[in-house]
Amino acid sequence: MKEKKLTLANVASALIVLCLYVAVFIAEQKLPATSMLFTVLKKGATYALVAVSMNLLNGFTGIFSLGQAGFMLIGAYVYAIFTIPLEQRVNVYQYYAGGVVQFTLPVFVAMLLAGLVAAFFAFLIGLPVLRLKSDYLAIATLGFAEIIRAIFQWNQLGPVTNGSNMLRLFPTFNDFNIRNADGNVTVYLSTLVPLLVAGVCIALIVMIINSTYGRALRSIKDDEVAAEAMGINLAHHKRLAFCVSSFFTGIGGAMLAMYQTTVQAKSFTSAMTYEILLIVVIGGVGSVTGSCISAFLFVAASEWWLRFLDEKQMIGNWEVPLLRNGFRLVVFSIIIMIVVLFFRRGIMGTKELPDLFRRKKKAGGELK
Amino acid sequence: MSQEHVLDIRHLTMQFGGVVAVNDFSMHIDDGEIVALIGPNGAGKTTAFNAVTSVYEPTNGEILFEGETIARSHPTGKMKKIFAGGHPDAFVSQPIIRHTPDEITKKGISRTFQNIRLFSGMTVFENVLTVQHLRKKSNFFTAAFHLNGAEEKQMREKTMELLKIVGLQDLRDEMATSLPYGKQRLLEIIRALATDPKLLLLDEPAAGMNPQETLELAAFIQDIKRKFQLTVFVIEHHMDLVMGISDRIYVIDFGKQIAEGVPSEIQNNQAVIDAYLGGDDL
Ligand SMILES: Nc1ncnc2c1ncn2[C@@H]1O[C@H](COP(=O)(O)OP(=O)(O)OP(=O)(O)O)[C@@H](O)[C@H]1O
Ligand SMILES: [Mg+2]
Repeated sequence: MKEKKLTLANVASALIVLCLYVAVFIAEQKLPATSMLFTVLKKGATYALVAVSMNLLNGFTGIFSLGQAGFMLIGAYVYAIFTIPLEQRVNVYQYYAGGVVQFTLPVFVAMLLAGLVAAFFAFLIGLPVLRLKSDYLAIATLGFAEIIRAIFQWNQLGPVTNGSNMLRLFPTFNDFNIRNADGNVTVYLSTLVPLLVAGVCIALIVMIINSTYGRALRSIKDDEVAAEAMGINLAHHKRLAFCVSSFFTGIGGAMLAMYQTTVQAKSFTSAMTYEILLIVVIGGVGSVTGSCISAFLFVAASEWWLRFLDEKQMIGNWEVPLLRNGFRLVVFSIIIMIVVLFFRRGIMGTKELPDLFRRKKKAGGELK
Repeated sequence: MSQEHVLDIRHLTMQFGGVVAVNDFSMHIDDGEIVALIGPNGAGKTTAFNAVTSVYEPTNGEILFEGETIARSHPTGKMKKIFAGGHPDAFVSQPIIRHTPDEITKKGISRTFQNIRLFSGMTVFENVLTVQHLRKKSNFFTAAFHLNGAEEKQMREKTMELLKIVGLQDLRDEMATSLPYGKQRLLEIIRALATDPKLLLLDEPAAGMNPQETLELAAFIQDIKRKFQLTVFVIEHHMDLVMGISDRIYVIDFGKQIAEGVPSEIQNNQAVIDAYLGGDDL
């Protein structure tokens, strides 16, 4: 946006990201594979991608959609259905005689397909849904996600979706590790690859945001009437944003399937969408960097740092009060309320990583 | 029709429920003219602009741009019964034609707004850059992968040129809405110019400007008209500005035309003076 002056900031940002990747690679070779750190990084990468996709829609285009869980479900299922090894299908689809899909796709092709199918669904429902104004659109997309969840569990579709039974035995993140002939891992990549996939996808989203199309989307968020008066076709561009966002959410769904190692429709609840929404809000609506940082913080807090809250803790003979299953969620909700009440613009506001390397703007410049 | 008008409004009526905001209004603008539309508050001026730019669909009437019908409609359904405008049957036998505002802009009509509508989350530079989207040649994929470098460069150069015309080049990275009022108005005008219009609609461009700024604005409008070969249609309350730059003036009151003519005719028109009586504008 501000061309030449920016390059230094951009190079610094790129270096930071590169260093992080190198650090993860080294850590993965040195630390035990069961370390909680890797769990957080894998799930964090997945959630970061989905959160950035949601931000593209909610933060940059101003479309308040709550269909994330639905599109993730589609992505997860498409990935799983097309990657379960042929010889395992009899076991997985045990009630459906091995299912109807009798071929497998390479992992990355299946991930791409996961995104494309999610985008196709977005294209279909976009036409009626995107005409709705904010609250109605949120409700309609939420409803869509619930319907998708029901449809995928429908017995009639069992030969494809395995009904309400789980899909499993498809390639997971661990299959990215390089093994020698004895089956021992020589190079650990099970954390690095998902981080790379998410990184590439997020880079693509950033490129879209910084293109003429991204600017058009931002103008729609700022003022629909003015954007339309300046020649930007609202219906077309909203649908585009919806499809692109769903495409990457679908890929995120595929990553979630790999992270979980199993897929079951009933786990893609609206609670999942709310988690993503929280990540976006905490990170800053309209900041890609914010969504990424907050995704990892969120996952680390919920999977790791706050775990102890769910377990009974003894200090000497004294049992710490309140700590029991579910208390984690209470603390979590309180943290979120504090963020929403006192840090309304999130961690990053609308700033991005390169902005942090730029000299402070003159008073009144950046403030809104 | 021997000669095509740039803009030709025929029997336009805009009725909202029982309120007839524009009533059987006809006017035309020829190539290269600056035409003003004036009238007391609530006369229906902005509503007429919104009909021309397809923000509203006419209740009755048709609008032609360079000979092409860009909007045409007649009362239907419930409106048939409550229609209170003139010439209700003039267009019933003709097909309804409607467009979205962005299509109108692509055809070459651009506008500013009475209550400034800049993109508030964007800088001065981005405001002008963004709207060039409508003339892009790249598709989504070439743009997303940044393979349209030449086009992007061209857009940025054009943005800088336009910013220089109004002296905003040094404020390019400020947030648009942090500019003083008068500068925001100028920015909105060059943003409209960035869409390459043939016809420019200005809705009260001098509102909130001091006399000095208004004087400069008058010169500026004539300047860009020449430079970009524009036809200009302006709504304005500052009579100095209107009388100074207009080739012709239309006056409406309660949605109906009460006078039309060159500035000197309008200044001495009794109906116009009566309509403004009590107002301190004229
Ligand atoms: N969408 C709408 N629905 C109902 N009434 C409307 C609508 N738009 C305009 N009107 C009415 O039409 C009339 C004309 O309004 P308009 O904004 O065109 O006036 P104007 O000539 O631009 O006045 P001003 O000088 O104050 O800007 C007003 O009575 C207004 O209330
Ligand atoms: Mg008005």
